[in-house]
Amino acid sequence: MRIVKGSLKQGFIDPVTEALLQRLFLAGGNAVADTQARHGPVAVRFDSVDFSYERIPVLSNVSFHIHQNEFAALVGSNGSGKTTLLKLLLGLEKPVAGRIVLFEDAAGKGRERIGYVPQNAGFDPTFPVTVRSVVRMGRLRPSSRFFGKEDAEAVNEAMEKADIADLAERPYSALSGGQRRRVLVARALASRPSLLVLDEPAANMDSESEKRLFDTLGQLKGSTTILIVTHDTAFVSSLTDVAFCVAGGVSGCSIVRHRTEPAADAPHDLYGGSASRVRHDIDVPDSWCCEEGNPL
Amino acid sequence: MSFFEAVFDPSFAFLRNALAAGFLSSILFGVLGAVVTVKRIASLAGAISHAVLGGIGMSLFLAATGRVPWLTPMIGAVVFALLAALVIGAVSLRAKQREDTVINAIWAIGMSAGVLFMAKTPGYTDPTSYLFGNILLLSNRDLLLLAVLDILVVFLAWRFYPQINASSFDEEFARVRGVRTGAVFLALLAVTAVSVVLLQTFVGIVMVIAMLTLPSGTAGYVSKSVAGMMVFGTVFSLLFTGTGIALSWTLDVPAGALVVVLAGAVFLFSAAARMLSTRIRKRKSASAAGGGRA
Repeated sequence: MRIVKGSLKQGFIDPVTEALLQRLFLAGGNAVADTQARHGPVAVRFDSVDFSYERIPVLSNVSFHIHQNEFAALVGSNGSGKTTLLKLLLGLEKPVAGRIVLFEDAAGKGRERIGYVPQNAGFDPTFPVTVRSVVRMGRLRPSSRFFGKEDAEAVNEAMEKADIADLAERPYSALSGGQRRRVLVARALASRPSLLVLDEPAANMDSESEKRLFDTLGQLKGSTTILIVTHDTAFVSSLTDVAFCVAGGVSGCSIVRHRTEPAADAPHDLYGGSASRVRHDIDVPDSWCCEEGNPL
Repeated sequence: MSFFEAVFDPSFAFLRNALAAGFLSSILFGVLGAVVTVKRIASLAGAISHAVLGGIGMSLFLAATGRVPWLTPMIGAVVFALLAALVIGAVSLRAKQREDTVINAIWAIGMSAGVLFMAKTPGYTDPTSYLFGNILLLSNRDLLLLAVLDILVVFLAWRFYPQINASSFDEEFARVRGVRTGAVFLALLAVTAVSVVLLQTFVGIVMVIAMLTLPSGTAGYVSKSVAGMMVFGTVFSLLFTGTGIALSWTLDVPAGALVVVLAGAVFLFSAAARMLSTRIRKRKSASAAGGGRA
């Protein structure tokens, strides 16, 4: 079964499909509890965004939005354009066409409200820096050299949330891969972000570290907008409210919105032990969550 | 006459100048060297330092032939160093895939142009005196310039330390935090270029890179931060230059080369000691784990 965009509102689906869809929406993911969040202000909006590297189209007519305090997942296979989309969101690249609205500001101006956890946690293994110093980078300002009392409090709070307070004075290079990832999460949290963006957060992580990471994210859910980027197209964390899939095309990739449903058959240690399946067979219009009367 | 007698002998002012230059250069080597090392731009600094020879050669040629009589080697060196820094910086920021080729091209063309200009300069000009330098020939003006540059570099490092530190550790994250990492990088290259011009008078073009990396590399083994690396790098540079000058007086060998040999030997010893201690620690923890299982 494949439901095309717009069909839900136009009555083009049969009663059986509609019942199935209703069941999916009501039982799947974490839909009902998050109705309020979905109707809240928009944290991120991509509006008909195109992007090309020189003349090679990478993203074409990308439109999607994420409401404040939603937990979103962006899935897609390697090379599908996820990283490019992330760079556009972070203001590291500029779109060729279209616009990106971030907290009602243009992308770039609202960047200080983003906490970013990059995929790569390796860096230079000989770089002399302690965990506390790395986390304090989350309080970095463009030209100021001073860190005040509020910065110190935010750093301590972030280390507590990420469960790395006991590692504060350890050299970053002496940590395991999972510990480094949590340090980078703390660095992102130190800015007290409104939007937390995590690129492949579970990459090269053991199951214990993964569980601790998703426990932390679970605590943040509801108070922070979270966007996780992952190459796992089959499953996402059960915390996920909305899943976006980067779908390929000759003239560049675009974004399709999918629903999720509980996945009892997912690997038991995936995403901290609780995963949802992405229903790639059901496309949902991007405006679905904003239209009054739609079941959620 | 012993080294210490010579230092206090009024007729050996050049030796005191050499020690003062060693002290002032050590601050540059320590502070700038730490940044060059953690940002891994030693090869960029190497290309700039060698391109300087082209500027020196051109200045000597233009001054000696009467075309631009007021042009000094220092001015030509600064101009070439800044041009090299600008080109390398622009390529590094905009066309990373061509970076190696451009660095090598500037390195080779700068040196070759210098040799060609010197060959056509009337009178005798020895390129090796610029390649290896001579700390014993420093003037009071050179010392003053070094002191001014020290103050500038230390101030910039202090003022923009968080931005330099963060962009060296994770440039992308620093950009997301609003740091203009491209501007930081270009400013760093420009300061490195000007410093290289002055420092090459001390240890010579070839050895500037060694002193920008070896004391900092050694300092990296005992430091917990880039700031610590700057302090320890400065202290190590002071020890190497002081010992090197004293030994060169006693052994009658070139001071610059001896300073670098000392710095290199200590760095290699530190690296070997670190590898050995890491291996022993791993072996101990492995045997402890094995014992625990047994």
